[in-house]
Amino acid sequence: MAKNSAKDIEVKAFATHHVITQPNPLRKVLRRVEEKDMDDPIGRAEQALAGLSGEFKSWMTTEVNRLSTAYVAIRNDGFSKERRDELFHAAHDIKGDAATFGFPAAAGVAESLCRIIEHAPDLEKVPAELFTHHINAILAIVHENTRLDSISVSAELSRRLRKVADDYLTDVNRDRPEHLEVILAPSIVPVE
Amino acid sequence: MFRIDFNKLRFLVCDDNPHMRRILRTLLHSFGAREVYEAEDGATALEMYSHYVPDIVITDWAMPIFDGLELAQMIRQPESKGNPYAPIIMLTGHSEKRRVTVARDAGVTEFLAKPISAKGLYQRILNVVASPRPFIKTKTYFGPDRRRNTNSAYMGPERRVGEKHEVLQQPSLLDKARSTI
Repeated sequence: MAKNSAKDIEVKAFATHHVITQPNPLRKVLRRVEEKDMDDPIGRAEQALAGLSGEFKSWMTTEVNRLSTAYVAIRNDGFSKERRDELFHAAHDIKGDAATFGFPAAAGVAESLCRIIEHAPDLEKVPAELFTHHINAILAIVHENTRLDSISVSAELSRRLRKVADDYLTDVNRDRPEHLEVILAPSIVPVE
Repeated sequence: MFRIDFNKLRFLVCDDNPHMRRILRTLLHSFGAREVYEAEDGATALEMYSHYVPDIVITDWAMPIFDGLELAQMIRQPESKGNPYAPIIMLTGHSEKRRVTVARDAGVTEFLAKPISAKGLYQRILNVVASPRPFIKTKTYFGPDRRRNTNSAYMGPERRVGEKHEVLQQPSLLDKARSTI
């Protein structure tokens, strides 16, 4: 359904570019309805997501175990491209998934860890404590998250680790303006 | 008001993380979609893209074999036998502005930064269904028009040239400064 036939596609040629327009191939899935007839697909989806929430803790445990294993391999054998990539991907997945799974502070710590891996000029020279503090913090947040009093502690831990990591990255990238610009740029994700 | 008949749409979801695929599948099914195909890497996604001809592609960025960015570039081949125009929604943990620019330049239609929400995903799907943009082909780019709107305050040279009506007449900085005195 998504593709129009060639005769429907209109091409306007300009000196440096072509502008290609075509009838909206997805127009058939749009239906105009009265407000009273609108259902609530977003509400339905949120309910369905809530229905999955019983599995989130176990999914999160799988993700942190992967991160932990990736770092143990680096501690034992040092950084290689594959080991670095595995650590980054494990941290990056937690950064993306943890808030959905109910662990927003873990997402913040994982983001900080991703920034270290991406922007440190030489990973071998990054103090090992910077890695272990981040990984231990994620483990602690996930294991202790059910205790209400730990939520504000988790958020504070996340903020402090981010500050330490940013100070380190700002210092080691002082002669690399292209990295410094990215490190200091604000995130596009709105702060909740 | 518009309602989307999700049951008429075919989706291809590409993410190496099984948990995220499950979440996406759950959200799409609860919107009403029936046909949701899943791939766990870019290469499989490209094969499935040719085979199933999805209406909308939702892809992660960081993936094995080749990533979501490369997948977008491979789909956006104007001479390909497949459909180079399908909307591509990039759903990613990357949250820096420069990543949005890179994704846009690879031909991605919409960018959605994780954490995912039902509202954010629905909004991106509504955008690509209800407001498709024309495609632009240049020597170095083929994909949806990267200019979503015209900025009347823009000062500088028009980078797209070729026809008179395409050239924006911009006041000089000096004229602009004078007019504000």
